[in-house]
Amino acid sequence: MKTAQVIMDTGAHAAALAVKSARVDVVPGYPITPQTSIMEALAAMVENGELHARFIPVEGEHSSMAAAVAASAAGARVFTATSANGLLYMHEVLHMASGGRLPVVMCNVNRGIFAPWTLWADHQDSMAQRDTGWIQYHCSSNQEVFNTILQAFRVAEQINIPVMVNFDGFAISHCLMPLTLPSQEDIDRFLPPYEPEWRLDPAHPSSFSNVTNAPEYAPFRQMLSDDIMASIPLVKQAAQEYKDITGMWDGDTIDTYRLEDAEVVAFAINSMGAELRLSIDILRQQGIKAGLLRPRLYLPFPAEDIITALPQNAQVMVLDRNYNFGHPGGILASELKSVLFGRRNDITVKNRVMGIGGIDLTRQFMAAEIRAMMDE
Amino acid sequence: MATSIKKLPDIEQVLSGNGACGGCPATMGLRIVGKALGSNAIMLLTPSCSVASMGMTPRLGYNWPCINITFASAGSSASGITHALEVMQEKGRLHGELPTVFAWVGDGGTYDIGFQALSGAAERNDNIIFFCYNNEAYSNTGVQRSGATPRGSFTTTTPTGKRQPKKNMALLMLEHNIPYVATATVAYPGDLYDKVVKAKNIPGMKYIEIQAPCYLGWQFDMPETVQMSRMAVRSGAWLLWEAENGKISFNNPSSLIISGKKDAAPVDEYLMKQGRFNRLLKGPDAESRIAEIQGDIDREIAFIRERAKITI
Ligand SMILES: Cc1ncc(C[n+]2csc(CCOP(=O)(O)OP(=O)(O)O)c2C)c(N)n1
Ligand code: SF4
Ligand SMILES: [Mg+2]
Repeated sequence: MKTAQVIMDTGAHAAALAVKSARVDVVPGYPITPQTSIMEALAAMVENGELHARFIPVEGEHSSMAAAVAASAAGARVFTATSANGLLYMHEVLHMASGGRLPVVMCNVNRGIFAPWTLWADHQDSMAQRDTGWIQYHCSSNQEVFNTILQAFRVAEQINIPVMVNFDGFAISHCLMPLTLPSQEDIDRFLPPYEPEWRLDPAHPSSFSNVTNAPEYAPFRQMLSDDIMASIPLVKQAAQEYKDITGMWDGDTIDTYRLEDAEVVAFAINSMGAELRLSIDILRQQGIKAGLLRPRLYLPFPAEDIITALPQNAQVMVLDRNYNFGHPGGILASELKSVLFGRRNDITVKNRVMGIGGIDLTRQFMAAEIRAMMDE
Repeated sequence: MATSIKKLPDIEQVLSGNGACGGCPATMGLRIVGKALGSNAIMLLTPSCSVASMGMTPRLGYNWPCINITFASAGSSASGITHALEVMQEKGRLHGELPTVFAWVGDGGTYDIGFQALSGAAERNDNIIFFCYNNEAYSNTGVQRSGATPRGSFTTTTPTGKRQPKKNMALLMLEHNIPYVATATVAYPGDLYDKVVKAKNIPGMKYIEIQAPCYLGWQFDMPETVQMSRMAVRSGAWLLWEAENGKISFNNPSSLIISGKKDAAPVDEYLMKQGRFNRLLKGPDAESRIAEIQGDIDREIAFIRERAKITI
């Protein structure tokens, strides 16, 4: 491990620094709060020569993802970022990225979606893209954002599936936290240059994403589904090797806190995961054996790791920052129940939706919610 | 003088045996474009007849790497490719002459759903050639109206004839202040060829629109594609011009019409050749509706004649 540098930085700027150290080639971008500062930072880095890449100031997010997938098909390492309605606007092209097996990495800075407008965080935006065939991480700190972007490039390029790195608007994107920057040499060791197996090349005329008949179409889709599941060991390996090289660890598919002997388990993603550690301490002080299970990987849903990690007879309190319209409660709870069914009948799952449109989720509030859920 | 058709290079980028209709103007145009671009190029396509014609996976009727992209995004996707190639070359990962990046898009993917992304790419002056082959309708989905459908034309979504005039897309592109804009048609292959050769050697954004009479949508006899296209030019319904850095020059025979040396043929004959104007021509108000169409043509001629005088 080479000497690392420690600075104070926002999550958005940490993301830009990670993208720079990943030596990306092309960054299409379009502003939307709270993501804008990532794009501004990258545009400045390209302009002043710190980052040898092309910044393409496109005229909207549909074009941002369209430029990203095409640049990726040309053989470039590509990054972009968005939030909320920008992500929704990309929807059609997100499918092209995954179906086209193009390893684009994108940050989605989570924000509630229109209507009505809100600028503040919840997870409806990325959850609404659940079925686009992207791998999705959720990060709980600025450091984890930095680390995860590098891991995301590795996983994406190993298995040719695009990766979305999610983190909450403002709570992470705009707050200063200490950030350890590994040396460029270490990062280069972790993330080798991108060498695509295939790219658009006049020496090899071939069609890409052309019309198919069912006998070709169906296997393409099956392969995508299989490979998304097959990314789980790669996610673990990336986290482990990142740790071996930089000494930093945020968890692999999941992150846990005081979980081993827990009777009450908080289950949540993203920035809630950081604050919940403090809620767990509060509950422990009150004599409740509480613990935390935070999926870092939301898609593929890390079923086996969750099943293995949950203590016997635990009550799991799923704190969802989104709605599962048409069902009571949130989407995470549904996902969790679907993996526990028939496998862990000892577990009780309870669920509350909270923090919608940026409602503050303090340690005391969440500790109180968990206590109240215990009596339900 | 435009290059004679006999002098066009032998190279064929449109391979024999593709799925287009006989007499397809899009395929004809692409064939000429291929002769001008050669094989060192990357092609982008949006959903259209030219995709339906290229053959299904894994077959390919065009001799380039071809990427099919979302309908709305030819402009931005082409930008992504050209920037990727340029930066990879700067970083030493690509060597030799970079391929020409070109989008081959119908009027639907240009005038309508793709307008925003095209406008963005043009305003950024990204290094691409954007071709619009304009068959004046959504042919691939069974001939619905587009922003390029002329007034009076029947389509399945304008069952009594379109009431509005078409947009003038090439002029809109000209006002994006890009280095090169040209119009062409399959009846003048040498003119088209020369324009593509010129565009290939100009850095930045190039827009070339090729009028493409489609027998299916326009309802004329399949072997008459080229003649249809020639009649369009002779009547002034389609004008051949090009603009380098905003300075317009006209090409024969449109230059004769613009300069007043030759009168445009009346539009009636051109309209009568096409079944898509049948209902209009047979209706009780035929005369006034033909006059409206003639008015649209006269206005476009008057406008571009004056616009061409601006040379600063
Ligand atoms: C987002 C989206 N909307 C609609 C379609 C359906 N669609 C496929 S081709 C086409 C029309 C294409 O028209 P044009 O660009 O003029 O090409 P042409 O078929 O005339 O060659 C349409 C509407 C689509 N593929 N994608
Ligand atoms: S419908 Fe028209 S444009 Fe389409 S393939 Fe046939 S002739 Fe060509
Ligand atoms: Mg068309």
